[in-house]
Amino acid sequence: MGMTITEKIIAAHSGLKEVHPGQFVYANVDICLGNDITAPIAIDEFEKAGIKNVFDPEKIVLVPDHFTPNKDIKSAQQSKSLRIFAEKHRLKHYFEVGRMGIEHVLLPEKGIVAPGDLVIGADSHTCTYGALGAFSTGVGSTDLAACFATGKVWLKVPESIKFVFHGKVKNWTSGKDLILYTIGKIGVDGALYKAMEFTGSAISQLPMDDRFTMCNMAIEAGAKSGIIAFDQNTEEYIKGRVTKKYAAYQSDPDCNYTKTYEFNADEISPQIALPSLPENTKPVEEVSGIKIDQVVIGSCTNGRISDLRIAAQILKGKKAYPSIRLIIIPATQDIYKQALQEGLIEIFIDAEAVVSTPTCGPCLGGHMGILAEGERALSTTNRNFVGRMGHPKSEIYLCSPAVAAASAITGKITPPNEVIKN
Amino acid sequence: MKGNCWKFGNNINTDEIIPARYLNTIDTKELASHCMEDADPNFMKKIKAGDAIIAGNNFGCGSSREHAPIAIKAAGLSCVIAKSFARIFFRNAINIGLPIFECPEASEQIQEGDEIEVSLTTGEILDLTTKKRFKFEPFPLEMQEIIQAGGLMNFVKKKINAV
Ligand code: SF4
Repeated sequence: MGMTITEKIIAAHSGLKEVHPGQFVYANVDICLGNDITAPIAIDEFEKAGIKNVFDPEKIVLVPDHFTPNKDIKSAQQSKSLRIFAEKHRLKHYFEVGRMGIEHVLLPEKGIVAPGDLVIGADSHTCTYGALGAFSTGVGSTDLAACFATGKVWLKVPESIKFVFHGKVKNWTSGKDLILYTIGKIGVDGALYKAMEFTGSAISQLPMDDRFTMCNMAIEAGAKSGIIAFDQNTEEYIKGRVTKKYAAYQSDPDCNYTKTYEFNADEISPQIALPSLPENTKPVEEVSGIKIDQVVIGSCTNGRISDLRIAAQILKGKKAYPSIRLIIIPATQDIYKQALQEGLIEIFIDAEAVVSTPTCGPCLGGHMGILAEGERALSTTNRNFVGRMGHPKSEIYLCSPAVAAASAITGKITPPNEVIKN
Repeated sequence: MKGNCWKFGNNINTDEIIPARYLNTIDTKELASHCMEDADPNFMKKIKAGDAIIAGNNFGCGSSREHAPIAIKAAGLSCVIAKSFARIFFRNAINIGLPIFECPEASEQIQEGDEIEVSLTTGEILDLTTKKRFKFEPFPLEMQEIIQAGGLMNFVKKKINAV
């Protein structure tokens, strides 16, 4: 029996020829990651255990991105614990404010994660790197602490589900819409414990930024990981970024999937996830007209340069609706600079948007745009849970950057083609 | 372990268990004081030490924050019984030693306020109010090793010392 990409990567990192779903392994980790919320607990656990040295100072990445630039004294203390730990153990990859970006956009950008890698992160959206053809999954702080010490993680080999997207994505439809559509079909626990493998002609043509968005939200279907096989797009993306050795895996033709879903990309229009679960999806046309108070464009899901370009294309020469607060957050410093050079930031400011330094900020209700009681946000982030962006009685609708930008102009949920001709 | 039950529905997520606005601390007492706050604002006023949470599918979905099982444990709750758990919550609970049990029948049939007793040795949940008994699947051997060591860090320490 052949193996899936996921099984191949896990086997290669566990010193085994082959593995099968359900098998329990201790796998060697190429990169482990923590942030200003999860790493403080890991550091505390690591130190309480009395362990002196980390397994490899080049393989631990710490990114204070959630409440930074520190929003209050407590957050400052948490970030400080990362800084001290990074200095003490001479970590190669610690990203201070000013160099920092949202972790899941930053690591691929800096070439820290390579195809074929096995990555764990104490952050649920660590699954993002599957877009590079790596196995990466979210774990907790204690897992991270144990990995600091041993360089290993315990894993149960997941079963894989295959998602085939035939055809070609339509105008104004993006990776975000494909993944929202998928979660709408299978539910927030539709891929529980499993690896989601995305494939098909629509995926082959999909730019890397969109692929990151899709793998990013695998967790929103309960999945352990999302993965897309290495191809020409991947190769072009890692050129000039990844300097270490990498491995380009493909699933064997006779490998085993527990299920296969086939979708027609041509039939998928921009999607909206209604409160308060990412599975409550509808085509934008069916919910257009819902009034909103705030629009957020950013996060590890949609804060990349192509997301900002699409938003700018729609916002150019226009203004945000008078009652709308439009918040745009480039995900990393490099993206921020690129957006500046391309004139996107000027378009945003002319549209009367707030443009912020990279941070998770409002995505998790941290800072930079918290909602009051009864307010409604339209957001390119990944979760619309109760209270996620502020008051428990506020609401979040999820969408792509195109829909977010179009709706910012009208003040209500609006399909992009109603605002701009493509 | 023995206590009264508090029932919750499907897909209770980590933002409901411990909202992100409280994640600027790792103080377990403070985290506990906000346990389940966005699912039930009065939860902490109602519960007693030893009580249990009974939930539906996919309990603990959402973020990887270990603050969620930590808040539940530090609130004095004895265990969580659910139809299914989100995977990161599941591994976090194992790693920090919060007892969790996947048992669809118990999740459906136990009512709020029932008193239950859980026996790890027999793998049984007994509803003392209705006298119903429910069996749960024991964890795989490798996970039992971690639980028996008293959590992942103790397990790791033992391994490192053994080398
Ligand atoms: S942007 Fe949002 S989802 Fe992504 S890492 Fe930050 S808080 Fe988590």
